[in-house]
Amino acid sequence: MSWGSAAAFFAMGGYAPFVWGSFAVAALCMLIEPLVVRARRRRAAAELKRAGVAARGVGHEAAA
Amino acid sequence: MTQRIVNWFKFSSPQTFYPLAGKMVPWFAAAAAILAAIGLYIGFFVAPTDFQQGEAYRIIFVHVPASWMSMFIYLVMAAWAGVGLALNSRLSGMMASALAPTGAMFAFLSLWTGALWGRPTWGTYWVWDARLTSELVLFFLYLGFMALQAAIDDPRRADKAGAVLALVGVVNIPIIYFSVKWWNTLHQGASVSLTRAPTMATIMFTGMLVMVLAFWMYSIAVSLARVRAIILERERHTAWAQALGAAAV
Repeated sequence: MSWGSAAAFFAMGGYAPFVWGSFAVAALCMLIEPLVVRARRRRAAAELKRAGVAARGVGHEAAA
Repeated sequence: MTQRIVNWFKFSSPQTFYPLAGKMVPWFAAAAAILAAIGLYIGFFVAPTDFQQGEAYRIIFVHVPASWMSMFIYLVMAAWAGVGLALNSRLSGMMASALAPTGAMFAFLSLWTGALWGRPTWGTYWVWDARLTSELVLFFLYLGFMALQAAIDDPRRADKAGAVLALVGVVNIPIIYFSVKWWNTLHQGASVSLTRAPTMATIMFTGMLVMVLAFWMYSIAVSLARVRAIILERERHTAWAQALGAAAV
């Protein structure tokens, strides 16, 4: 498929809002989700750091 | 003589799985990015205009992968939940919890892109037909699973309750899949089937398949990343996790 021009590409044959609306929301979701997950793990790690400092020397046993 | 037997159960411990998952995430993420770039290139620059739907059909390159993943992730989630229920293994429940938000996101994307595809082709964003309704039920099943788990404080009990819900909800997956056969729906029949050749041009089919693979890799990467967060949250009372925290992960 060769698009005549960039404008023709973005116009998507008159279906621009539908095509780009689909792809933009999907891209947004799939970019935000990893960031949310990363923030969640960092929060958990920071929590652990605090817990580790508090529990140092107390001798917590691994429940593994 | 060296014993060549790998003890797979070793990896079912959160402590050993945590670093393993950490090593796998970047590879799956990279595979997802590369496949998505190839898939989008095929979808927008190689695949021709559809003779019936014009350019609107290009929504297929995001709609079908999102829909397939929403169903497939549910099956994997229910399988993990079932394993957790049967074997009482901790990691299984964590895997199920890690998959749910990603599955819910794909169910939402399936509905969203479907609505934007339905408007130009059917003349409506939404219709209560069997395929659309059962996909909406799938979305609510994911939300219900997450809400149920969030409502129960003890993670092990939350896993068990969630597992029962997930396993009961599995019945919805064949309903979604076969809805276009069993009922007279506005939604078109399957373009891809195991029993016959795809009813679409090869290049369109290729682009769609590459996008499916990309979404698949994405799902694995993000679920593994999330299960790592869940492991840290749930293992915070253990010495190994606190040592990890002290080392500033």
